[in-house]
Amino acid sequence: MEKSDYSFEIKPRQTFSINLKELLDYKELFYYFTWRDIKVKYRQTFLGVLWAMLQPLMMMTIFTLFIGRSFGIPSDQMSYPVFAYSGLILWFVFASGLSNAGNSMITNAQMIKKIYFPRLIIPLSSILVSVFDFAVAFLPFIPMLLYFDQPVSLMAALWCWPAGILLTMVGSFGPGCLLAALNIKYRDFRYVIPFLIQVLLFVTPVIYPMTIVPGKWLQYILALNPMYGAITVFRLPMTPVSPDATLLLISVVSSMVWLIIGLGYFRKTESYFADLA
Amino acid sequence: MKSILEIQGLSKKFRISHETAPYLNIRDAMLNMFKRERTTREDFWALKDVSFEVRPGESMGIIGRNGAGKSTLLKILSKITPPTSGRILGRGRIASLLEVGTGFHPELTGRENIYLNGSILGMKKREMDSRFDEIVAFAGTEKFLDTPLKHYSSGMQLRLAFAVAAFLEPEILVIDEVLAVGDAEFQRKCLGKMEDVSRSGRTILFVSHNMAAITRLCSRAIQLDAGKIVSSGTSSEVAQHYLNHNDQALAGFAGVTTMPRDTTKPIRKIELLCNGNIMGTMHMDCSMEIRVHFHADEPLDAPVLGVIIKDSQQVPLLGINNKHYTGALVTQPVSKGYISVLIKHLPLFDGHYSLDFYFGNAFKDIEVLHDACRFAVEPVAFSVSGEMPDKGLNKFFIKDVTWSLKSDAT
Repeated sequence: MEKSDYSFEIKPRQTFSINLKELLDYKELFYYFTWRDIKVKYRQTFLGVLWAMLQPLMMMTIFTLFIGRSFGIPSDQMSYPVFAYSGLILWFVFASGLSNAGNSMITNAQMIKKIYFPRLIIPLSSILVSVFDFAVAFLPFIPMLLYFDQPVSLMAALWCWPAGILLTMVGSFGPGCLLAALNIKYRDFRYVIPFLIQVLLFVTPVIYPMTIVPGKWLQYILALNPMYGAITVFRLPMTPVSPDATLLLISVVSSMVWLIIGLGYFRKTESYFADLA
Repeated sequence: MKSILEIQGLSKKFRISHETAPYLNIRDAMLNMFKRERTTREDFWALKDVSFEVRPGESMGIIGRNGAGKSTLLKILSKITPPTSGRILGRGRIASLLEVGTGFHPELTGRENIYLNGSILGMKKREMDSRFDEIVAFAGTEKFLDTPLKHYSSGMQLRLAFAVAAFLEPEILVIDEVLAVGDAEFQRKCLGKMEDVSRSGRTILFVSHNMAAITRLCSRAIQLDAGKIVSSGTSSEVAQHYLNHNDQALAGFAGVTTMPRDTTKPIRKIELLCNGNIMGTMHMDCSMEIRVHFHADEPLDAPVLGVIIKDSQQVPLLGINNKHYTGALVTQPVSKGYISVLIKHLPLFDGHYSLDFYFGNAFKDIEVLHDACRFAVEPVAFSVSGEMPDKGLNKFFIKDVTWSLKSDAT
């Protein structure tokens, strides 16, 4: 049989593979999905993308006034607003990325039932939309550093900031995929996701530093959270306090484990999404 | 010549668990772990050992009643769902249109939606750029390119959606009959475009209930019934077989059709009554009542029933819903009961007819049944003269016509 470029074979569910080549074939669609979600998100809003920076700015103000001032929560020897804002902008990427990726299969169910494309590009583009918001929210961060006289090690920032956002993406993508796949089978997860995010905010060192957590073991458990590592790495250039390497390692490894579990479960179940959606 | 598409022993099994929603909740899953007897599960073969080949440039029709496995076959061909066994070998670019306008977003403009939809259908940006003007001209929506889609009329949305799909250029095109929606003029345009596609040497797989469209578009056809191929050959042979076969099914029809137990679909039973008696045979001018029993998961605040009566060639004769008449049928949400449609003087000639049902809530279709049931009409003279109008000229008869002659007295 002469094999043309476009010959294909449809068989019962293949063995597990990420099939990177196919993902690359669909990169244009991936781009369109991301572009669509960004456009739609801020359509018919007066402030538009400004919302992406307004939300963390307002949260930062509230936390600075009520938590930082009133309770005198330490902030790893950083200025508290900078401490809170740097945590919050990453937290928003994680929270909206996880929530949108987790619900993405349900939101796009109509499309899944009618047309084929690698399903993975849907949660992937959800995460990327959150990263776009991050880019906007990052803009006031630089003037903020100047305003609060926050010393920054520029050399460290060059690799720590990208590493922080990368860890956030990985940390939200793995669990996001897992939730997306579970959500399509068990709709309970629609209610679990907002609850989960709320709980995670309290156990993530966004508005308080890990150092105020009493007990080594509790710290180990909290470090299982992928966001601990992401936020800590992101803050490295701005704080003289060096973080606990073990905790950091736990968090990064946990992030990878979630990625493998999430991707694995997603790939394993995706061929039946159309039957369940 | 090598075939462009080989379908070899294709089967698809669904597992139906009775009285549970298609998606589960954790509570059920956990309860099931402890239950010794799990929810009754039944294997259901939507397709069983289906094999056929399609040659390049050939257009193949796929016909069959509801639940015959047509949609499952299309979904497997489109890679939306995997087969349980068997395989498909293809030798060309394949595109499938199970609906037009997949992924259209109301907040995006016409221009943006063209690109998004084209990309979803598998077109590259380069291809879209080069065909953009043609697509817009075909849709006739030049003036509204930068208007959000939500401000388009539904007709305009449909035209735009079809225009994008019409400029797909795969070697193999898989089309579902849902494309043949819209007004008559638009249907003609769609069929015309599909004829162009097939003349240009591309391969088409076309699923339809419309025998006229199948015979016009397709050279060959297969008929599916209960997941198996029951006839194959030239499209007119198969269409004839389909119609004859249905006549046989009709012989035993006693006026009640009970739907298979699929709890996700609300329509449970359809009854036909001729002058108040449940029967499968009407007669001309009788009082025909159609009762559609339903049981919906959630209460419906504005149930809508649409009925289409089609003749034996599957040509629609009448399409009505309660919104055309009384509007709302209920003042309180209802989840269970039956809707009755009473046609006091059935204006159909003798022959065989079938019914399509569109059951929904307000503007949303919940269940669509094609050829849900068939009935025969027996000839009865409706007028004192006893003579009948020519059936070749008339689709309906009108009983209430007064003839008179006034002579001009000189």
